[in-house]
Amino acid sequence: MQATRVSVAMILALLANGAALAADAPAGAAGCSGCHAGNPRIETPVPPLSGRPAADISTAMIAFKAGQRPGTIMDRIAKGFSDEEISAIAQWYAGQK
Amino acid sequence: MRVSRRELVKAAGAAALFPLPALAQGAGPKVVVIGGGFAGASAARFVKQQDRAIAVTLVEINPTFTACPFSNGVIAGLRELRAQQFNYERLAETGVTLAFQPATAVDAQARRVTLNGGTQLSYDRLVMAPGIDLRFDGLPGYTEAAAQEMPHAWKAGEQTLLLRRQLEAMEDGGTVVIVAPANPFRCPPGPYERASLIAHYLKTKKPKSKVLILDAKDAFSKQRLFQNAWKELYPDHLEWVSLSQGGKVNEVDVKERTLVTDFTRHKASVANVIPPQRAGAIAQSAGVADRSGWCPVDPATFESKLVPNIHVIGDAAIMGGMPKSAFSANAQAKVCAEVVATLLKGGTPAEPRLINTCYSLVAPDYGITVAGVYKPTNGQLADIPGAGGVSPADAPRSARALEAQFADGWFKTITGEVFG
Repeated sequence: MQATRVSVAMILALLANGAALAADAPAGAAGCSGCHAGNPRIETPVPPLSGRPAADISTAMIAFKAGQRPGTIMDRIAKGFSDEEISAIAQWYAGQK
Repeated sequence: MRVSRRELVKAAGAAALFPLPALAQGAGPKVVVIGGGFAGASAARFVKQQDRAIAVTLVEINPTFTACPFSNGVIAGLRELRAQQFNYERLAETGVTLAFQPATAVDAQARRVTLNGGTQLSYDRLVMAPGIDLRFDGLPGYTEAAAQEMPHAWKAGEQTLLLRRQLEAMEDGGTVVIVAPANPFRCPPGPYERASLIAHYLKTKKPKSKVLILDAKDAFSKQRLFQNAWKELYPDHLEWVSLSQGGKVNEVDVKERTLVTDFTRHKASVANVIPPQRAGAIAQSAGVADRSGWCPVDPATFESKLVPNIHVIGDAAIMGGMPKSAFSANAQAKVCAEVVATLLKGGTPAEPRLINTCYSLVAPDYGITVAGVYKPTNGQLADIPGAGGVSPADAPRSARALEAQFADGWFKTITGEVFG
């Protein structure tokens, strides 16, 4: 009886945890979620990335990298990624719910 | 069914004689994580997310986690300790098994972790994230007992509150002395953020008092930004004494509440001694720490260079250019989770890119940052040239206010990702 209760709780927990870091995440993608919250309930001025059009993310990152978009910290972080890496990360986040 | 008292006693005796593993791990691959801080709790959570078939057990002593980032705000009376505290309930809901017991031994040959009380956990991959131990043999006079008089407050919790109470009890006109250690240590900008926020408290509440930093170094994280801000905000309330100016403390005299340097005995009203550190004790006994006291790891997989099948992440590990920060710990944990899941499937892990972002508050509305992007280079995690760095030195106050707001969002996001 107790075992049944435990497994029902586990299944409910499974359903409740949507945002998952998939195994196919490209290099660097995992780091973004330390600031860009995956959980929409978190109150932060930093915009979420999941489900955003890939072109929006890429355009913003490339502009940050070129110093053409004002930022507090993203201008410094974007310079660490090649255009190809940016594109892969952007596409991956676009596919996340 | 009624069980006689004698039968119950017999059953209890048998269980004590032949202790069975109290934690069922199942038939799938097994990952054990030691340490439930930003590194370990993240690793446990993300290994489970990578592959639900992996049995993940997180071993942690304390059912309540008290976060260090922002705890300087607690010391300065800007926030309460409960805002720093989190539990593992959501983590347990994701399917991670929790063992709130100290790990007492790691048998790398048998791939087994022993917990206090004798429970044994076998593993295919072990992730160690034991954080730091304070070296009470590292500064003459500064013992564990001395820390009750001169708090380190370098592990958040009771020590944080002790330092706060001492500041609150101090009479106006007093001197607060912060002793800052040589590199490497947890949270490189931490002592300077702490000095700043204490100076803010003194300027507001006890304006005849001051903070003195006695430093074992000549340079520190975000130095120019801190020093410019100190000149602007706290010209009469904060003084930094570098190594070459005689700032290195050689001895602590607890009875006299005095810090002894080569040339001077500094009498303190309140003394905050941040001693030298090393990787947590279990890292030393498991054999993953080297003579420096820290743990050398492969820069792409974070597998120990000393013991196979054990990965070390967070403050305990030697991570090249990456600082010992909560963000680094969380970022390393996510990469480590992917590496562990990939290796357990027989795959080859991809080369990682890691990010660190670290906010410091110089005042409640004055934030500054350092960021870095890292990749494995010549056997080390190295800064990617041209990326990262600190906030601009000439930024207007509006930019500092914005970074203070982002700091608040940073804390909510990272604690939410790990514990929410």
